[in-house]
Amino acid sequence: MTLRIDLDVIEELAKLLYIRALKILPEDIKRGFDRLYAAESDGTARSILATMRENIAVAEKTDNLLCQDTGIPIYNVTIGDGVEVRGYALKEAIERGCARATREHPLRSSIVHPITRKNEHTSCGVRVPVINIDFSTEPDELRIEMIPKGSGSENGSFLKMCIPAEGVDGIKTFVVDRVIEAGGKVCPPTIVGVGVGGTSDLCMHLAKIAATRPLGSICADPEGANLERELGQAVNSLGIGPQGLGGDGTAFAVHVEIAATHITMNPVAVNIQCHSARRAVATIRPTGIEIGT
Amino acid sequence: MAHHTLDMPITEAQARALRAGDTATLERTLFGIRDATQIHMFDRGRKTRFDLRGHAVIHTAPNVKKVPVSNEFPAGYQSICVGTTTSARMERFTRPLMEQYGVRLIVGKGGLGEASKRAFKDLGGAYLAIIGGTAALESTWITAIEDVDLDDLNPESLWRFGIKGFGPLLVAMDSHGGSLYDTVAATAAERRAKALAAIGVKA
Repeated sequence: MTLRIDLDVIEELAKLLYIRALKILPEDIKRGFDRLYAAESDGTARSILATMRENIAVAEKTDNLLCQDTGIPIYNVTIGDGVEVRGYALKEAIERGCARATREHPLRSSIVHPITRKNEHTSCGVRVPVINIDFSTEPDELRIEMIPKGSGSENGSFLKMCIPAEGVDGIKTFVVDRVIEAGGKVCPPTIVGVGVGGTSDLCMHLAKIAATRPLGSICADPEGANLERELGQAVNSLGIGPQGLGGDGTAFAVHVEIAATHITMNPVAVNIQCHSARRAVATIRPTGIEIGT
Repeated sequence: MAHHTLDMPITEAQARALRAGDTATLERTLFGIRDATQIHMFDRGRKTRFDLRGHAVIHTAPNVKKVPVSNEFPAGYQSICVGTTTSARMERFTRPLMEQYGVRLIVGKGGLGEASKRAFKDLGGAYLAIIGGTAALESTWITAIEDVDLDDLNPESLWRFGIKGFGPLLVAMDSHGGSLYDTVAATAAERRAKALAAIGVKA
């Protein structure tokens, strides 16, 4: 069987997913709030977490954006087996949908030219939206995940080309120190995304994948999963807390993604996701389109 | 820990009465300001026609909708979603905002640094922490976009918002050298070694 992709559908979905992601927080993140609130021992931190939960409810009730930051739009497209789609036209359709969401809702366009700082008011620009294309063995299925990546936490991005002699200790120390350095600037409670290995660019990309993974998911590599558990414990013992104003709940979780690396290299990257951990997903199958997170 | 209801603008004495750990709710007027606004005001010599003396500014760039000018929308903008951005990027503008424009309060998230703390102390001001990422709620405290200046920088224009019950906000930095961020940073620095040792990192 072959799934043929209608590009008008892609354009509509690119628009719908951007707006939906900005308004409805995924269930796993809501449960993350419940868990942090129940465990929080600091009074100020509890009241901050309560206000964040109230905001999620207000956004849904008033059909408004959770956060004013419309972020850098990212679309992760996964093309399954037997899917027929015109690749370049698919990217153009996503860009059109992204620009339409911005004009028609309307949304704040947060995207500017990096040198002139000119805003086209479309949420688009050179190489933006970010469109990542990957492939899966899933038959007759095309999946689009939309992530509006907030800038406060994106500015909490760090790379260190550690050397082999620094070992895993170097990786752990780097992550803990960057979380301390980021403090309240990255809008905690966060998901701390950590990339380990690969090249410099792959390492940073892994950190982004880790930061935007659903809560409750675990690194497929057992050593990576160990590191997640240890670093999660470490960052939540620092007392930074929600909004960096003190407390236990600094991070919902630390997520790790790994790639093999070179014998001379030991790279580690950190990419942070703020508490407004927004995402929306559409899955196109021959039987219909499913919208979720 | 006192709660202050502040009908903007305020005096220096009112600003100096705020202590780190207190809470405050703002009434009447709030100005929205951001990176580009301040880069243009302080690095490129542009001036605003707004009188900011005694006022509070919030680090924001809102989501707005262009609408015909009316009594309800005097600036031709309807507010959709007004939230708060990370303050630290705008650290170097605190002093000129206070010295040149008489601003008393800065509303933001994530905190400001040493230079701002000194400016608050020297000139009489404070930093009020809002909860970042709670813009849907914050938007319900905005009654109108009353006016806008430097609008070629949109969305990083200088906005004048009408507000009602804007808060509670947490006084996180005061004019007496108090900063909740310093306290948290000291705690984290003190706990760092133990946190690393607990996950097997050798000193």
